[in-house]
Amino acid sequence: MTDSMTDGILADTARRLLADRVTPDVLRLADEGHWPAELWAAVEEMGLPLALVPEEAGGFGLGMVEALGLVRIAGSFAAPLPLADSMLAAWLLAGAGLEVPAGPLTAAPPKAAGSDAPSLTRDGDGWRLSGTARRVPWGRDAAAVVLVAEQNGRSHLVRLDAGEWRVAEAGRNIAGEPRDDLRFDLALPAGRVAPAPTGLDADSLHAMGATLRSLAMAGAVERVLDLTVQYAGERVQFGRPLGKFQAVQQNLAVLAGQAAAAGAAADGAAEAFAELAAGGARPLPTGPLPIAAAKMRCGEAAGIACSIAHQMHGAIGFTHEHVLHHLTRRLWSWRDEYGNDASWARQLGQAAAAAGADGLWPLVTAA
Amino acid sequence: MPRIAFPPPPASDATEALRAEVRDFLRTELADRPPRRRADSWNGFDRDFSRRMGARGWIAMTWPKRYGGHERGALERYVVLEEMLAAGAPVAAHWIADRQSGPLLLRNGTEEQRATILPRIASGDCTFCIGMSEPDSGSDLAAVRTRAVPVEGGWLVNGTKLWTTYAHEAQYMILFCRTDGGTEDRQGGTSQLLVDLSTPGITIRPVLDLSGAHHFNEVVFEDVVLPADALIGRRGDGWNQVMSELAFERSGPERFLSSMALLTELVRALGPEPSGHAAIAVGRLVGHLIVLRRLSRSVAGMLDKGENPTLQASLVKDLGALFEQEIPEIARQLVEAEPDLDSTREFSAVLAHTVMNAPAFSLRGGTREILRGIIARGLGLR
Repeated sequence: MTDSMTDGILADTARRLLADRVTPDVLRLADEGHWPAELWAAVEEMGLPLALVPEEAGGFGLGMVEALGLVRIAGSFAAPLPLADSMLAAWLLAGAGLEVPAGPLTAAPPKAAGSDAPSLTRDGDGWRLSGTARRVPWGRDAAAVVLVAEQNGRSHLVRLDAGEWRVAEAGRNIAGEPRDDLRFDLALPAGRVAPAPTGLDADSLHAMGATLRSLAMAGAVERVLDLTVQYAGERVQFGRPLGKFQAVQQNLAVLAGQAAAAGAAADGAAEAFAELAAGGARPLPTGPLPIAAAKMRCGEAAGIACSIAHQMHGAIGFTHEHVLHHLTRRLWSWRDEYGNDASWARQLGQAAAAAGADGLWPLVTAA
Repeated sequence: MPRIAFPPPPASDATEALRAEVRDFLRTELADRPPRRRADSWNGFDRDFSRRMGARGWIAMTWPKRYGGHERGALERYVVLEEMLAAGAPVAAHWIADRQSGPLLLRNGTEEQRATILPRIASGDCTFCIGMSEPDSGSDLAAVRTRAVPVEGGWLVNGTKLWTTYAHEAQYMILFCRTDGGTEDRQGGTSQLLVDLSTPGITIRPVLDLSGAHHFNEVVFEDVVLPADALIGRRGDGWNQVMSELAFERSGPERFLSSMALLTELVRALGPEPSGHAAIAVGRLVGHLIVLRRLSRSVAGMLDKGENPTLQASLVKDLGALFEQEIPEIARQLVEAEPDLDSTREFSAVLAHTVMNAPAFSLRGGTREILRGIIARGLGLR
């Protein structure tokens, strides 16, 4: 984890707040489908959802990489909130000059399975929007959803407010986080739609979402490592702590390697996100390679880390009582959101094929 | 806080200019080097190539100028090294001295040792080998039996070193041995000595690897007399000297680029339009490579700041060896080819070479089990 990402005052404050507030009860209630209103209020009061927006739009004026560190911290606590999604949505709105409303925000993943690009047309001075956004994180709880739509070959950002969509299918990921299909067909006033800033389209939004999930996975894998090391030090079998057995030590070393790889991968993605956000990214649709590498690598790390952590925790870690599953179920969910390992690996593979054998190494060093 | 920090690798435009220069050099130098020979990676030995590297100032890059060095940054050195390895340049004639032996002499050697030897390493004229492993001392380095006994005017050395890479081409060895106590003293009583391999009483015999290639040797010391000033640093400080080198030895690009020639030939064999399955498999490897490189450069940045990231280096080497060993297993599933060292098809030859070298990747420079033990210690488990 980078110093700049997680050592700031804001990071410390956020960590303290989440350590204090993301209690087993909060996790359990969220898991049962209750919106964690108090937790959200505390997070919003701190201004965390605005961490990515410029100071004049209500942000902290943090560097983007540092602000993205919050996603990693939230991931490490399995915070049952759309913090990452709100940060992204607020940044999208502010960047397009659209008003950023209060409350939890979210962005519609442009490439969720089964999605079709929404239809956006001019309608007098305003707009007409129709379509379905699939697997929208926390759609049912959001005050507003941001989505990207094409009009005349140009990407636009659209803000929909609560009440302007119908939840066509109330879905959940396996961690119990809402992932809703939202249907909409309505006229929108001019102030709800704006041309997307240069370089921002469905592909780059997909890559940004992948960055957020990568960061969250990196944080969660690190926490899984912490919990597992701690448990191995406490649990005594055959007269000694599990962590004294070489077979266990070797497994935990593998887990630590996955945490290191996920962390470095996510750091690289955060830097690429900042580059993408500044409009200076390398050409899509291949997308910035560090993001593709991160989503793929964190997804792979997630699977290995969960497997080892559960093996080490034994039956207790498999119970609903134990905190471990709040992390592992998120990891198993997040690795398949905003493109799974294979879809990002395919992009990397196609980039390698396009570069050719003699261009392979230059491709890697440029990433 | 994360248990094991990997700070962002330092970025620099200067290193990218250097990278372009190195690539130009290699394009000409290696124009006629076929992939099967590039697959030798850091086992490729070519004295003339090393001299041309030296003339370019690409050996001893970080050392003081008065010892033939060039006083450049560790990250510039990193760029040169990774470009060499990725291209499969034959670096064996200078590489061990550049990475390990030279820096050791720089830190712990006598002024005489530095002044006479370091400039010859820097020019590519001088090759070193590392005398650590023995028949009964592999991972358990403290079990060394080779002994140097102080005698009138120097040291009397007896013992046997094994798996000594390129001893048959080297002028010098850094000998890790016992100067005091016995194996029951473990790491205590060990020292390192500078050995001129032309000294009488030293016998070097080849040990062929499983592919039939000759990199390894057995080096036998029979009543070898070394001068008193052969001692490097303080008597009894051998273990500490070796341990302080480990982070340098375990985190570099050589720990994940050993199969790069095969990955390159795999991309060539699959062509511009690989199947979806092949694109996913190759892309996954590319993603791993991007992440490993970031981890490794992060450690390079820590080393450059004078930190001692032994734990991080162990993680890089463990992950890197897995990656290097996975490449032949994946490549053979994607391209129909029988491995054959002498095949006219480069892919078959490179595959054969890589398959047969892969077992060493998780042995040399610290076995997987030792590395994971170090990581477990870093986690507070032992």
